[in-house]
Amino acid sequence: MIRRGALRRREDWYGTDTMNLFDLVFYFFAIVVLFSAGIVVFSRNIIHSAFALLFTFFGVAGIYVLLNADFLAVLQLLIYVGGILVLLVFGVMLTNKVINVDIKTGTMQTLPAALLVSMMAGTLCGIFYGTDWFVVEKMPEAATTIKDLGEMFLTTYLLPFEIASVILVVALIGAAMIARREKSATK
Amino acid sequence: MHVSLTHYIIVSAILFSLGLFGVITRKNAILVLMGIELILNAANINFIAFSRYGGLKLDGQAVAVFIIILAAAEAAVALAIILNIYKRFQNVNVDEINTLKE
Repeated sequence: MIRRGALRRREDWYGTDTMNLFDLVFYFFAIVVLFSAGIVVFSRNIIHSAFALLFTFFGVAGIYVLLNADFLAVLQLLIYVGGILVLLVFGVMLTNKVINVDIKTGTMQTLPAALLVSMMAGTLCGIFYGTDWFVVEKMPEAATTIKDLGEMFLTTYLLPFEIASVILVVALIGAAMIARREKSATK
Repeated sequence: MHVSLTHYIIVSAILFSLGLFGVITRKNAILVLMGIELILNAANINFIAFSRYGGLKLDGQAVAVFIIILAAAEAAVALAIILNIYKRFQNVNVDEINTLKE
């Protein structure tokens, strides 16, 4: 059983009882992620999809925290929620006539897609469930991953890190160039 | 049953399948982009789960950072392209933009 006050230390989350707080938090985040992802995919209203995507990103950030990836969780909130989601909502607003409030969208080839995707999900889950994974249960000693990640980016992953920065610059300049309103081309 | 590697990767498998379903069935190009974001998030969960439970140190998290960077760049460029398509065709339904096919 879970004693009150026994959950302060992190090692206690990996107790021997059947259902502890760590598991409950994981199931909560998993349900949030999958339910809101379902809304993203199945909702007929684009705005509803965009707001459900917000909860999906929050839930994924929570799962990152459970996996000891604190820096990744903050990065997820900053970039996905603060950047990409705002960009997507801007895209929705700019490409639909917002005057009619309900922004509907259609679907196509739903039945074959559902068949294919459910077959693939079943196969993946079966493989993942059936495989005897090599699992290290030990918690990492470091309290935070930021210092180690920073050292890795400046030593082992220095070249990919610099290339990623160049890619970001190229992508931003390219996006600005593509999306810029031409003076002579449009009418 | 304790939460372990299998739980995380099954969540990511279902998330990937939902994203793929969105990419296949949606007409609106922005919703296709949302499906792609779901797929990238599923891949990230996989990387970080294996980084935590696989005995690797932080290499999985480093790869996940690069995935997030590429997702941001991809979203910016894709949104710019979609805006241009909207300026030209007055809609962004991927099944009606078939000028190249004719």
